[in-house]
Amino acid sequence: MSQPFRLNKEGLINRNKKISFTFNGKKLFGYEGDTIASALIANGIHLVGRSFKYHRPRGFFGAGVEEPNAKLQVEFNGHSEPNVNATEMELVEGLSATSQNCWPSVNFDVGAINNFLKMFFPAGFYYKTFMWPKSFWYKIYEPFIRKAAGLGVASIEKDKERYEHKFEYCDLLVTGSGPSGLASAYAAAKNGAKVILAEDKPRFGGTLLTDDVSIDNLSGKDWAEKIITELKSMPNVTVKNRSQVFGYYDHNMLVMFERVSDHLEKKSKFTPRQRLWYIRAKETILSTGSIERPIVFGNNDTPGIFLSAAAKEYMKVYGVLVGKKPLIFTNNDSAYETALEFKKNNVEPIILDTREEHSSELIDEAKSKGIDIRFSHGVIVANGYKKVKSAKIGKLNKDKNSFEKIETVDCDCICVSGFWTPSVHLASQSGNKLKYEEKIDAFIPDKKKQHETSVGAANGSFTLEESLKHGFENGSNLSAKITETKTEISIPNVNEKKYGAHDKFWCMPLPKNENPKRFVDFQNDVSVSDIEIALREGYRSIEHVKRYTTLGMATDQGRTSNLNGLQLVSNIENKIVPEVGHTTFRPPFTPITIGTIVGREVGMEYMPTRKTPMHEWHEKNNAVFVDAGAWKRPRYYKEGNETLFEASKREAKNVRENVGICDVTTLGKIDIKGPDAAEFLNRVYTNAWMKLPIGKARYGLMLREDGIVMDDGTTTRISENHYHMTTTTAQAANVLSHLEYYLQIVWPELNVNVVSTTEQWAGAAIAGPKSRDMLSKLYPDLDVSNEALPFMGYKEAEFFGVPSRIFRISFSGELAYEINVKSDHGMFMWEKMMEVGKEFGNQPYGTEALSTLRIEMGHVAGPELDGRTIPSDVSLNGLVSKKKDFIGKNSLGREAFNVESRQKIVGLIPIDRKSSIPEGSHIVQDQNAKLPNPKLGHVSSSCWSVENNNPFSLAIMKDGKNMIGKKFFAVSPLKNKSIEVEVISSHYVDPEGKRVRS
Amino acid sequence: MLYIKCPYCGLRAQKEFSYGGDATVKRPNINEEVSSEDWDNFVYMRKSPRGKHIELWQHIAGCRQWIKVQRDTATHEIFQTAKVTEEIR
Repeated sequence: MSQPFRLNKEGLINRNKKISFTFNGKKLFGYEGDTIASALIANGIHLVGRSFKYHRPRGFFGAGVEEPNAKLQVEFNGHSEPNVNATEMELVEGLSATSQNCWPSVNFDVGAINNFLKMFFPAGFYYKTFMWPKSFWYKIYEPFIRKAAGLGVASIEKDKERYEHKFEYCDLLVTGSGPSGLASAYAAAKNGAKVILAEDKPRFGGTLLTDDVSIDNLSGKDWAEKIITELKSMPNVTVKNRSQVFGYYDHNMLVMFERVSDHLEKKSKFTPRQRLWYIRAKETILSTGSIERPIVFGNNDTPGIFLSAAAKEYMKVYGVLVGKKPLIFTNNDSAYETALEFKKNNVEPIILDTREEHSSELIDEAKSKGIDIRFSHGVIVANGYKKVKSAKIGKLNKDKNSFEKIETVDCDCICVSGFWTPSVHLASQSGNKLKYEEKIDAFIPDKKKQHETSVGAANGSFTLEESLKHGFENGSNLSAKITETKTEISIPNVNEKKYGAHDKFWCMPLPKNENPKRFVDFQNDVSVSDIEIALREGYRSIEHVKRYTTLGMATDQGRTSNLNGLQLVSNIENKIVPEVGHTTFRPPFTPITIGTIVGREVGMEYMPTRKTPMHEWHEKNNAVFVDAGAWKRPRYYKEGNETLFEASKREAKNVRENVGICDVTTLGKIDIKGPDAAEFLNRVYTNAWMKLPIGKARYGLMLREDGIVMDDGTTTRISENHYHMTTTTAQAANVLSHLEYYLQIVWPELNVNVVSTTEQWAGAAIAGPKSRDMLSKLYPDLDVSNEALPFMGYKEAEFFGVPSRIFRISFSGELAYEINVKSDHGMFMWEKMMEVGKEFGNQPYGTEALSTLRIEMGHVAGPELDGRTIPSDVSLNGLVSKKKDFIGKNSLGREAFNVESRQKIVGLIPIDRKSSIPEGSHIVQDQNAKLPNPKLGHVSSSCWSVENNNPFSLAIMKDGKNMIGKKFFAVSPLKNKSIEVEVISSHYVDPEGKRVRS
Repeated sequence: MLYIKCPYCGLRAQKEFSYGGDATVKRPNINEEVSSEDWDNFVYMRKSPRGKHIELWQHIAGCRQWIKVQRDTATHEIFQTAKVTEEIR
């Protein structure tokens, strides 16, 4: 169980705690503090996956967020997650990782045949090949591509983990805890600002953990620890590790992804797995650092090829060697630090430097340590299929376009450095137009659009001294503006190595007659030749080249490939990089789990649940509920084995014959008060409201300004200046906003106040021929005769000791009343009604019976008032006043609203008197006509008429007035039904409306 | 997510508001004759500018007041907010 590539002492891992895990079924171990990547490399495992298109063997390339290859399917804590970045995921006991995109195994992958057929997979392959025949796409091409490509497998199990959202506000958000981030946070904290410092990695310090520097005579790591400890002790500072700020949105809203407990072996029940932070920051410091970019060469994707800084990080942080025979391939000084680190650990590196022989502090040090340095040299092609075995290296000529000498050297890893690319993703997302900095061959932030300031390497400053200085200065100045306090901080003394100039060299030429793949984008398998093809085929815009070749479109967002791709395009096009421009950076910076985005809004918490005060009673009495917006309403009360159809028929029949009660609490209720209330209602409703007496209700219809019916309901005059409006359940919120709009903006001169009282009143409808008898028992002291409480009458009276409102209004078309009591008394009212109603055969009824009752009466509701109907369409033109003005009146004169053949509400019954007509059916003349069959109307609501014992539907039909008596077909392709129907009046039951007045 | 300064409540997240369209549209007076053209302009015709736009928002999960917001439709920058009774210049 030895780890052949683990160093004895080096690193920040805990060698006292072993952690066991499996990789592709093999049992291995690592240490606390390892990532999956560092533990595998310690065990000498490099081959971890197959590439996306060609299924080429792939290993690790980076040591963190920049990793393009090592995406694994990982099972831990009882769930399976695809595309986990092995260089970021910390090792936890019992974790099990498997390779993706390979079959049957990573060592022997059938798909690798693609690699040998690569001439058939050029850029745009999918676009060119799978275009025809068109019908092949769904059945053959797409399933094939999906199987062959793609990354990991999403779990189909329910996610049992807990995710959270958090909203936070701060003066200064610092993204990244490298030297400039620490300095900024520290200076701002000292000024008393509310600071959040976010670090993506488990350890704070960024490059301070790996660079050979000292600050105020402390090592970089110790200085970082000192600053973090002090920051943590300050009450105005929040310090977060394992937290990636991945999105920069409008008005300085940043979103952060915190991995709360993925690294924990045990956690308490309520600890979330991950947390999403919405942070509104007054100022943001972007100290996101930079990412090393590679130099492009042949077979540069072979396992064992690393970024040079990653190789150093594996040694210094994890105590792991990426190889024992390293080649260091560089165009700059920073890779010399990696070479020196190898040397320190008794490994002999060879440095290939594309620059001509020269001298700098680091080169001199490497020379003095006896390291083999070969100037004007580079790697042409790596040899080895599943692991680097050797490399063909070449001495470049003066123009660096051909070779003076070529030889092969043995190696087991190649550490490559093509200089540094500032991480400008967040700055770009904030709206900052980037500018190209010639000095570093990369883009840096330019003019800001929001309150963001990039410091340190993210801003293109690659020295520690500069990074610290900018950090302290910006942290101090930005926070002082907010806190109006400025604490002087002396900038510490820094000891660091001076770097010489880098070589503007990014792609190795190929010797004649050699044509290995040179990859620019590893994750999407985009090679130099793919980009060349795209340009040859006429793609010019970098955005088009990106989409055609898929360069930079993978989950790593081209972190290591974008600039090399741009360089290539600019070389071929003979344009300078700034002219080519860059593609758009979009959030998220790194992939985040869908669970985190959803947070706690799952299951019962998906949306609020509104329950009426009588909900518990409904539950106890076998109510089957239906969602009405956020409300739960009883759809029917199940007796025995009844179906929905049977139960609703029974309930509706009982209302027609005896009496039933229905929970109508969910209806919107708006209290309207003020001396101008009548005038206001008169403008809002289409009918007249100025003369409604106190103690009377009236049915009202309101329109939108375009003449379309918005809502209907009754409004009751409670007292001189006090009205009680009801709306439909669905429109309650919209109607309130509508009223507020007119009162606040259009007619502020009206002295009226409106407020929602929906939740303040519990409501029950009592409907049926015996409802008056029942009412008289509920109110023994009240005269409830037709004379004393006529249709549309209103009374206030005590209901067994509690105050109540009695409205004589009806939705069912029967003699009916609605009783309102304060919500707290709702249950009391309901139970009392059930008790008193027994002798009259009272039964509760749900929304299904309610619909049946209103449909067969021809009363319109949501399905008819669907945002397309005007009053005359639904036979409500009697409610439209010709004398007064109201909202939407002017629109009713529109020509299209007044043509003779305008749609109109009608009733439909099936010719066979048996077949139910599906809602949504289209009405056509000839069911066998050729398509498109002209549509004459549609079925809006359907029921089983309990009065006539046959199906009945309402429909909105063209020229409906003149269609009565004629026969048509109601066709529902969805239900595969075609039913012959006869058009009749929409008022199927009691067309004169005698019952409600009885 | 926008950060909108309600003139009554202060800076609040966009979540608390609902959008209400162009704030410069004036409804023709009630009980007054209006030409079909003017009415159609009021009901249907809206400008869709790129840049500064004065619009209505309602602080629906707050004070329920309708407010005016001057916003850049391209950048989302908010220049000014005001009560509906106040002018934005």
